[in-house]
Amino acid sequence: MVQKLDNLKESPSQTAGPYVHIGLTPNFSGITGVYDSDLGAAMLGDAPKGARITITGRVLDGTETPLRDALLEIWHADANGIYPGQDGADADVYGWGRCPTDMDSGTFRFDTIKPGAVQNRDGTPMAPHVTLWIVARGINLGLHTRMYFADEQDANDADSVLKRIEHQVRVPTLMGQPQGDGTYLFDIHLQGPGETIFFDI
Amino acid sequence: MTEKPSGLFHRDRSWHPAALTPPYKTSVKRSPAAAPLAMPSTLSEDTGPVFTRDILGPQDADLIHNFASDGQSAIGPRIIVYGRVLDETGRGVPNALVEVWQANAGGRYRHKKESYLAPLDPNFGGCGRVITDEHGNYEFRTIQPGPYPWPNGPNDWRPAHIHFSIFGQSFGQRLITQMYFEGDPMIWQCPIVGTIPSREAIERLVAALDMRRTVPMDARAYKFDIVLRGVRQTMFENRMEGL
Repeated sequence: MVQKLDNLKESPSQTAGPYVHIGLTPNFSGITGVYDSDLGAAMLGDAPKGARITITGRVLDGTETPLRDALLEIWHADANGIYPGQDGADADVYGWGRCPTDMDSGTFRFDTIKPGAVQNRDGTPMAPHVTLWIVARGINLGLHTRMYFADEQDANDADSVLKRIEHQVRVPTLMGQPQGDGTYLFDIHLQGPGETIFFDI
Repeated sequence: MTEKPSGLFHRDRSWHPAALTPPYKTSVKRSPAAAPLAMPSTLSEDTGPVFTRDILGPQDADLIHNFASDGQSAIGPRIIVYGRVLDETGRGVPNALVEVWQANAGGRYRHKKESYLAPLDPNFGGCGRVITDEHGNYEFRTIQPGPYPWPNGPNDWRPAHIHFSIFGQSFGQRLITQMYFEGDPMIWQCPIVGTIPSREAIERLVAALDMRRTVPMDARAYKFDIVLRGVRQTMFENRMEGL
């Protein structure tokens, strides 16, 4: 006989349902007076270092219909590749944002700065990227993915996460496409021929 | 920073609902078909934003009053919901942000797309939040939500439930789930509950009535513990900010 490990099981996930905004962005959903502002609405302080960018897009279902009831959160490092809370992080880069998709158009939008390369566990740099998490009605377990920057081709080519993807034909689903004005377009396809790569991290 | 986090425990996906669960019809077109790409967590998932109690208003954990007019309160059976946020090794998770939302006592949400005919309670907003203490404890007060019908099958009803969103200590621990109430027969009829593969796993989401914590002539208490993914290190008590 050996001692028991006594590890617990993670609480099983349930869908965020159609009304996730009541809980996470109540002001957006018209419930005002409870919280001063919705968490994650602002991602920058007064003087963040780095290039200002906007990340926008839609979350599309298997029929290419945009979800108008989804909620996204993103998390990224500062311009030097340092995460908030780590030593030397830029205090004006919060790194975290939360945004519902528009109830009519289904678009989301984050205004932040472009992150730098973050060290992987083995000390090699990962190409600049933004980590995303998506929940909505019909999504039983929140989906993790990443947005890389299509205009960082050399860094992307060297990135260990991107290189390990067997179906390289799917790599473009992780690329935010520059629109020339600091905006990156990133549509997320939950299903279908262009299904976005999601990560089991 | 002298100590780096060394990654999250791998998630047991057979314990969670599958992406495609046809009895829950909305999942059919919103579920990825490809297997998610497995990778060890990196700094991008091991870190996360840190929330502090200064974001909280004085009534954030009191859903009975946080939307009510002065002197008024939400209608319905008053309850206390309390418990701990733990990780898979059994450690309490301090400073976890717990956000909750729910329907009112009649089973209706305060949402413009809500179509159920139950009345809106003018004194109930339906959202609240709390941050766990140094041992992972949390507590909030609310009214017991009602069950409600929803357009899935011809006669599907959601059991009474409270939605929970939990932010632990890393972005990779992010979890949304729902709390159900002990003894509710509707739990076992619900296609959304039924997305969870095993009865044992479902029972983890059923809060127990706790008469010892109940406040006489005021509010019954339900205990609901939440387990987040584990982290391969023991630095919770003195962790660096953000890790």
